[in-house]
Amino acid sequence: MVTSVTSFGRSGLYDWFVQRASAVILLTYFLFLGWTLVSGVDYSAWKALFQQTWMRVFSLLALISLCAHAWVGLWTVFTDYLTQRLLGAPGSVLRLSAEAISALIMFTYLIWGIQILWSS
Amino acid sequence: MLQVSIYRYNPEVDVEPYMQDVEIDTGGKDMMVLDVMELIKAEDDTVVYRRSCREGVCGSDGVNMNGTNGLACVTPLSKAVRKNKLVLRPLPGLPVIRDLVVDMSLFYAQYEKVQPYLQNHTPAPAIERLQTPEEREKLDGLYECILCACCSTACPSFWWNPDRFIGPAGLLQAYRFLADTRDTATDERLGRLDDPFSVFRCHGIQACVNVCPKGLNPTRAIGHIRNMLLSRAT
Ligand code: SF4
Ligand code: SF4
Ligand code: FES
Repeated sequence: MVTSVTSFGRSGLYDWFVQRASAVILLTYFLFLGWTLVSGVDYSAWKALFQQTWMRVFSLLALISLCAHAWVGLWTVFTDYLTQRLLGAPGSVLRLSAEAISALIMFTYLIWGIQILWSS
Repeated sequence: MLQVSIYRYNPEVDVEPYMQDVEIDTGGKDMMVLDVMELIKAEDDTVVYRRSCREGVCGSDGVNMNGTNGLACVTPLSKAVRKNKLVLRPLPGLPVIRDLVVDMSLFYAQYEKVQPYLQNHTPAPAIERLQTPEEREKLDGLYECILCACCSTACPSFWWNPDRFIGPAGLLQAYRFLADTRDTATDERLGRLDDPFSVFRCHGIQACVNVCPKGLNPTRAIGHIRNMLLSRAT
């Protein structure tokens, strides 16, 4: 059976809100990055930018948003298609494996991202 | 001659469902799809479907016509037929009992979940609970639903999770009682809808709005429920 224990916030409203809020943060972040790149930036300016604490916090916020956004989205897809109703008995096993793999990938990217952001 | 292809399945004799092709003489008239079904049945009385009022009131003859759900009795051939061909299938997503008849238990179970009756535990007034015309107006576009299931069985989210997502028909009725000023169970009702499935599996693609034979708009009602949940939480 499909349950909500593996959802992000266990409340539909909470997940829905996280999805919207993280989308806004991601959009702002990538617009900012795009604008920085378009307005011409060389290596040293780029490096200096990422040495600012606010930029690191902003980047981390975007990274966390990306993970949360991806989790809510993928969880929805998995609980639609990888279910016992659709696939029979292997459904739940497949879904839990898919969730575990996604969680592992996101966790790895998050820690790796933090390492990169604070590496210099 | 109209080419009709009709879904046949009788679990007592058929190993699996199949499509049966028949030719029907409509006499060039723009009859309703239900009339064509009656003509088919006149020739082969093993064909099974539900119908009662034959005028769009009872909601029993929801079927899938050339890929679109609707009531056979109020859908003219001119609207359903393409290239002189009519494909009739049962409503998608629900278990088939026989031919065009589906098992609606899952659909009704979702309807039951929203407790579709007025709840008010304050002492009843001597005559009736009154509403202003404006308050009553809020129920327009909600109370007219005839539970034909055309919408819910057109909704992909309902196909994948018919046991957990309430679906457009049930949610339209959920909102019908949330919007009713005489109902005092608003908070309990909202509390039961806050999980990740009941309401939030709706992705707003409006497949439900497209097919409703009563011209109702479940997507809008779902939006209202979401806003009510949001203001309740903030
Ligand atoms: S708008 Fe929502 S309820 Fe209507 S068909 Fe789409 S997902 Fe289903
Ligand atoms: S909302 Fe429309 S399509 Fe859905 S069950 Fe009611 S009448 Fe039928
Ligand atoms: S037969 Fe009653 S709605 Fe079509």
